[in-house]
Amino acid sequence: MSLPRRKFDTLIIGAGGGGLRAALQLSQAEARVAVVSKVFPTRSHTVAAQGGVNAALANVLPDNWHWHMFDTVKGSDYLGDQDAIEYMCRAAPRVVYELEHMGVPFSRLDNGKIYQRAFGGQSRNFGGDQAARTCAAADRTGHAILHTLYQQNIRARTHFFDEFFAIDLLRDPDGTVIGALVLEIATGEPLVIEAKTTLLATGGAGQLFRTNTNALINTGDGMAMALRADIPLQDMEFFQFHPTGIAGKGMLITEGVRGEGGYLLNGEGERFMERYAPKAKDLASRDVVSRAIYTEVREGRGCGPNKDHVLLKLDHLGVDVVAKRLPGIRETVKTFLYLDPAETPIPVYPTAHYTMGGIPTNRHGQVVVPEHNGPDEPVLGLYAAGECACVSVHGANRLGGNSLLDILVFGRAAANHIVGELKQNRYHRPMNEDSVDQAMTRLSRWDRRDGSETVDGLKRELQTVMEQHCGVFRNETILQEGVDKVVELEARMKDAYIKDHSKIFNTARIEALELENLMDIALATVCSALERRESRGAHSRVDYPERDDVRWMRHSLFHKDGRRMDYKPVRIKPITVEPFPPKKRVY
Amino acid sequence: MRFSIYRFDPDKDSQPYMQDYALDEAKIWPGMMLLDALLELKAQDETLSFRRSCQEGVCGSDGMNINGRNGLACITPLASLKTPIELRPLPGQPVIRDLIVDLNQFYSQYRAAKPYLINEDPEPEVERLQSPAEREQLDGLYECILCACCSTSCPSFWWNPDKFLGPAALLQSWRFLADSRDRATDLRLDELEGPFKLFRCHTIMNCVEVCPKGLNPTRAIGRIKELMLKRSM
Repeated sequence: MSLPRRKFDTLIIGAGGGGLRAALQLSQAEARVAVVSKVFPTRSHTVAAQGGVNAALANVLPDNWHWHMFDTVKGSDYLGDQDAIEYMCRAAPRVVYELEHMGVPFSRLDNGKIYQRAFGGQSRNFGGDQAARTCAAADRTGHAILHTLYQQNIRARTHFFDEFFAIDLLRDPDGTVIGALVLEIATGEPLVIEAKTTLLATGGAGQLFRTNTNALINTGDGMAMALRADIPLQDMEFFQFHPTGIAGKGMLITEGVRGEGGYLLNGEGERFMERYAPKAKDLASRDVVSRAIYTEVREGRGCGPNKDHVLLKLDHLGVDVVAKRLPGIRETVKTFLYLDPAETPIPVYPTAHYTMGGIPTNRHGQVVVPEHNGPDEPVLGLYAAGECACVSVHGANRLGGNSLLDILVFGRAAANHIVGELKQNRYHRPMNEDSVDQAMTRLSRWDRRDGSETVDGLKRELQTVMEQHCGVFRNETILQEGVDKVVELEARMKDAYIKDHSKIFNTARIEALELENLMDIALATVCSALERRESRGAHSRVDYPERDDVRWMRHSLFHKDGRRMDYKPVRIKPITVEPFPPKKRVY
Repeated sequence: MRFSIYRFDPDKDSQPYMQDYALDEAKIWPGMMLLDALLELKAQDETLSFRRSCQEGVCGSDGMNINGRNGLACITPLASLKTPIELRPLPGQPVIRDLIVDLNQFYSQYRAAKPYLINEDPEPEVERLQSPAEREQLDGLYECILCACCSTSCPSFWWNPDKFLGPAALLQSWRFLADSRDRATDLRLDELEGPFKLFRCHTIMNCVEVCPKGLNPTRAIGRIKELMLKRSM
């Protein structure tokens, strides 16, 4: 079957901050870029980031990139790759200044410089006093950045394919990635996009869990495409639970609340974080705070009639600070809880938030896999950046304010590497029709008109299984049951069907394709979690409560084929400075 | 709870119609939003089509006409609505299917407003300075989520969607005119001259009435007109 085709130098899949930062860099370098996104770009989930982006600008307190690097390595529980972390922290001030020059409406200090607030896990002088490193546009930083990047791409005349869903990567027989098969949602027509280089910037997979802070679109599409293209996923057992989602609902309440001076209270009115993190208290790393809240509730010190949450108190900050620095969460809390956080504390509970793991890349954004010449052999033609990638700068636990930084630094770095690559590869490789046919099979599978399982039913079951079997605290039995249940759900996918067969804007079909993606990622997550028999960062095994650097200071790699696990060493050597050796992690 | 929802699938329907739906009272919880109800109805009938994403009023996907008024389904409490709840697509735009409209006209007017900072001065090594007071000028402007509730409630935009920029795009015009860092005031004002692009606004103020983020495009349009007047004197 002959499908319509388009040819570009670079195909970018995903139009969040990572994809748009890369697209801008490439358009400015006069490459022909196509950005494919299943939603209009400003609907991407970057828009929901609140607190800010980390960079050692030292606008409020003394700071430098090396301290930022230390905090990030420590925050990662020593699983982050120190070369990538050095690169990111050094680049941070520059990417933030670039954003400012593009027009991001950062909040300002009296001297006219960018406003910076304190955030969790930040210190001065390698573990000393609290730093203030997070550059903020009130508590709508992601919105401000995403809209600005989209606007700059309009100016740079980037080519957008809005509301196109990526089905699968296309590879030639050598394994080089040569583009993707995509689906125009409005018409139901497939389209082959040929590209010399393809960048995955599809974001995370928060929809794995029933209660999450994520948008409904966060179904890990790029990660699943990589798995199907025989690329393993790295460190998928590390999923971040944000300490302060609105209890029972999941909407994110930024860490910036605690950065501005808010704190947590248990049912006895105690400021319990003092017990868990005597120095950093409420601004300890997210994994630490989430475990503390979970423990308080489990031990009967929760709040409310069911003692099932804790309270985030900020009424002492005063209406002015709340109105000026935290207007977005104030609006959200008023809308969903009918209360004003400037007067009444917010009920909160740990909520699934961020995928630390993802598609393995090096610090140039090249996707890397274990091959003949070592663990990090680039896959030709393929790049990944942002939450879908695992560079790894976040290791076992991401610091707040480092995800916006990650997408900017590595979106830009990937684009720069692509520019070099395009100079060396002037022509497209021939299209591989077998690869197109294979991708079309994935699409036509949903044309069947009978079956016994619904997409919505399976998705709800999957989210419940993941919540019960792969949550904040884990053990061997719970995880083994989790693996068994996800395997069973995956088997039932064969009997799933949809009742909507219209070609026009068929959202049922998109949701079916998204569920397939989620299913693959759920398996990667729960299998990786079962095998890692230690506690590190966000992965807490009650049966293996200690970190085990001898056996486990290494990255996991999950292969879809046979659900095989593989491992590779952490890159502990930075680019120019001395390594930070693993130490006991205390806040 | 009863719903009456606009249905149209050009693949099989010759014309649009309203379809009744019922949501079991047992599935309704306190504080439930309209989007939650729509997701339940979609679980019953997969063919019911609408856009949605963030579920908290920041992505701007689920703008629709709710009991005659434009709004975002995800932040509209079910309890605030008279039943049967009547849902239609945003008015005045071509319908692609059900509650999904073609927003190309809306987006192209947004692009026409040059919604980006223009400043050709050499870039400093650090940030450009902006005082808190200058930055405050952008509050109430930069928060727009492009949900199109305002422009598609505006009669001037209905009649001249190709010539009048509409409240959302004009809010962005003012957002950059008001930015102390922008250097393109003359260019921006020149492009808004003429009877349509800006001056088609007759201060009907539907935009202010429906904006789910509480923004005020009419005021922004007024500020642009003032600036134009000042320039001509």
